[in-house]
Amino acid sequence: MLEVEGLTSHYGRIQALKGIDLEIAEGELVALVGGNGAGKTTLLRTLSGVQPASAGRIIFRGRDITRSSPVARVGQGICQVPEGRQVWGPISVEDNLRLGTVKRRGSDVAADLERMYAMFPVLKEKRAQAAGTLSGGQQQMLALCRALMANPDLLLLDEPSMGLAPLLVDQILEAVLALKAQGVTVFLVEQNAFAALKIADRGYVIETGKIVLCDRGQTLLDNDRVKEAYLGI
Amino acid sequence: MSEFLQFAFSGITVGAVYAMVALGFTIIYNASDVVNFAQGEFVMLGGMSTVFLAAFGLPLPLAALLAILIAALTGVALNKLVIEPARDASVVTLIIITIGASIFLRGIAQVIFDKQFHRLPSFSGDDPIAVLGASLTPQSLWVLGGAAVIVVLLYVFFNRTLFGKSILATSHNRLAAQLVGVNVRFVLMISFALSAAIGAVAGILVTPITLTSYDVGTMLALKGFAAAMLGGMGNPIGAVVGGLLVGLAEALGAGYLSSEYKDAVAFVIILAVLFFLPRGLFGKTGTERV
Ligand SMILES: Nc1ncnc2c1ncn2[C@@H]1O[C@H](COP(=O)(O)OP(=O)(O)O)[C@@H](O)[C@H]1O
Ligand SMILES: [Mg+2]
Repeated sequence: MLEVEGLTSHYGRIQALKGIDLEIAEGELVALVGGNGAGKTTLLRTLSGVQPASAGRIIFRGRDITRSSPVARVGQGICQVPEGRQVWGPISVEDNLRLGTVKRRGSDVAADLERMYAMFPVLKEKRAQAAGTLSGGQQQMLALCRALMANPDLLLLDEPSMGLAPLLVDQILEAVLALKAQGVTVFLVEQNAFAALKIADRGYVIETGKIVLCDRGQTLLDNDRVKEAYLGI
Repeated sequence: MSEFLQFAFSGITVGAVYAMVALGFTIIYNASDVVNFAQGEFVMLGGMSTVFLAAFGLPLPLAALLAILIAALTGVALNKLVIEPARDASVVTLIIITIGASIFLRGIAQVIFDKQFHRLPSFSGDDPIAVLGASLTPQSLWVLGGAAVIVVLLYVFFNRTLFGKSILATSHNRLAAQLVGVNVRFVLMISFALSAAIGAVAGILVTPITLTSYDVGTMLALKGFAAAMLGGMGNPIGAVVGGLLVGLAEALGAGYLSSEYKDAVAFVIILAVLFFLPRGLFGKTGTERV
C-alpha cells in the first residue's frame, strides 16, 4: 500500500532523514520505534506532506505522491494523528470531530460521529465543551477520532501514548487494534517501543534518520539490541 | 440631552464604520497573524470605485457590487503578490510591507481616479428622522444596518458552516488544519477577500455621509486599528465594541471639546491601550470568536 524509497528530509542544513526505506502492506499494523530526535515525527510529517522531502519517493497505492499537497494526501486516504494531539483547544469537541470531515470521502457524518462516541463515550459526554478543557488522554482520543472522521485507509499515529497513564495507553492501543480489525492500515510511531511492538505485525527501528532494524514485532521484542536500547532490559 | 444624543448618533455611525474596518483587521490577523495596514484602502476602493462606476452610468446597486468585487480581488492580489512571498518575515517586517502596499494602492488610486472629493447620493433620501429631540439621517441607518447584517453573517459563517469553522481552526492551529485536509492557502485567500469586501461595504455605505477621496484609507486604517486594539486584537466582538467606542469617543470629544481633537482621539486610545491594557478590553480569551 505504501512504499518509501530513499526518503530524505532536511531542516535547513540539518538532515533529519537520511534515506528511509520501508513498506506497509494493506491491512498491516506497522510500528516505528526509536529514541527522541531519531526522526520519527519528521518521517510522518514528510509522509503527510507538511514537511518537504529532499530526495527519494513516496508511493501510495502505486502512485507517486512525493510532491502531492497535504490536502491531496488526505483526499487519498492518508490521515495523521500528530504528536502532542494538536486539537483545537477553543473549539468544541464535536466541532473538532466535524472538522475532520473537510476532505472526507463517503457521506454519513452523523453515523460516524456516533461510532466515535460509542468508541469513547466520554467524548459524547463532553461534546459541547471546548477541546482544551479535556484531559491529555481525552484529547488523544479526540485527536484519534478527528483523524478517523475522514475515513482514512492509512492512519499515521505519532506517539499516541506520550504522557498518558498506563491504563489510558492500553485503552488507546486497544482502539488501534480494533481499527486494524476493521481494515484500517496503521503506521504507529512510538518511543514506547514495548507497547507498540507488542501489538504490531511488523516493526522498524529508526536511529538518527536511518532505519537500522526491521522485523516481525515479536521478533524485535526478543532482539538483544532492541531490548538494550529501547526496553531497558 | 438632545445634544448628547446628537453626538452619540454621529458617534455610533462612524463607530460602525470603524467596527467594520476593525473586523477586517481581525479576520486577516486571525488567519495569518498579519496586521494589515492596507485595510483602509479597501474602504477607499469601495467608495471610489462605486462613485466612478456610477459616473459611467451603471445603476448604483450594480456599481456597488462591482466595487466590492474589485476590493475583494485587490485583497486576494495583496495576499498572493505581497504577503505570501514574505510569509516567513517577522511581524514588524510584515507590518511595514502592508504599509508599503497601502501607499502603493493610494498612488494607483490617485492615478486611476483623481485627487478630488466625491460623494454618492444618500440611498434613501436626506429627510432626517427625529428621535428624542435629536435627528438621525436615513443614511446613518444604512450604515448601522449594514454593519449589523455583516456581524450576523460573519457569526453564521464562522459558527454554523464547516468552511467558516475551518478558517477558525486554521487560525488556532495551522498544522492540525493541514493534517485534516484544510487547504490553508485557500483559507488565507478567502480571509483577505472577505476582509476587503467588508471594508468596501463600509466605504460604500459611509460615502454619502463623509465623502470619499483617494486618501481616506489612512485615517480609517488608523481608527480601525485603534478599535481592534481596544477590543483586543483578534477578537471580533472586541472589534465591534472597540469600533463603536472609538466612534463615540471621537464624536463626544469633537462635540464637547473641539473638533480639532477628533483625529487625535484614535491616537490617544492606541497609546492608552498599549500602556494600560495591552490585551484590549476583551483580551484573547480564545474560546469565543465570531
Ligand atoms: N523544526 C525543526 N527545526 C530544526 N530541526 C528540527 C526540527 N524538528 C526536528 N528537528 C531535528 O530533526 C531531528 C529529528 O526530529 P524528530 O523528527 O522530531 O524526531 P523524533 O520524532 O523521533 O523525536 C532531531 O535532530 C531534531 O532536533
Ligand atoms: Mg517525535
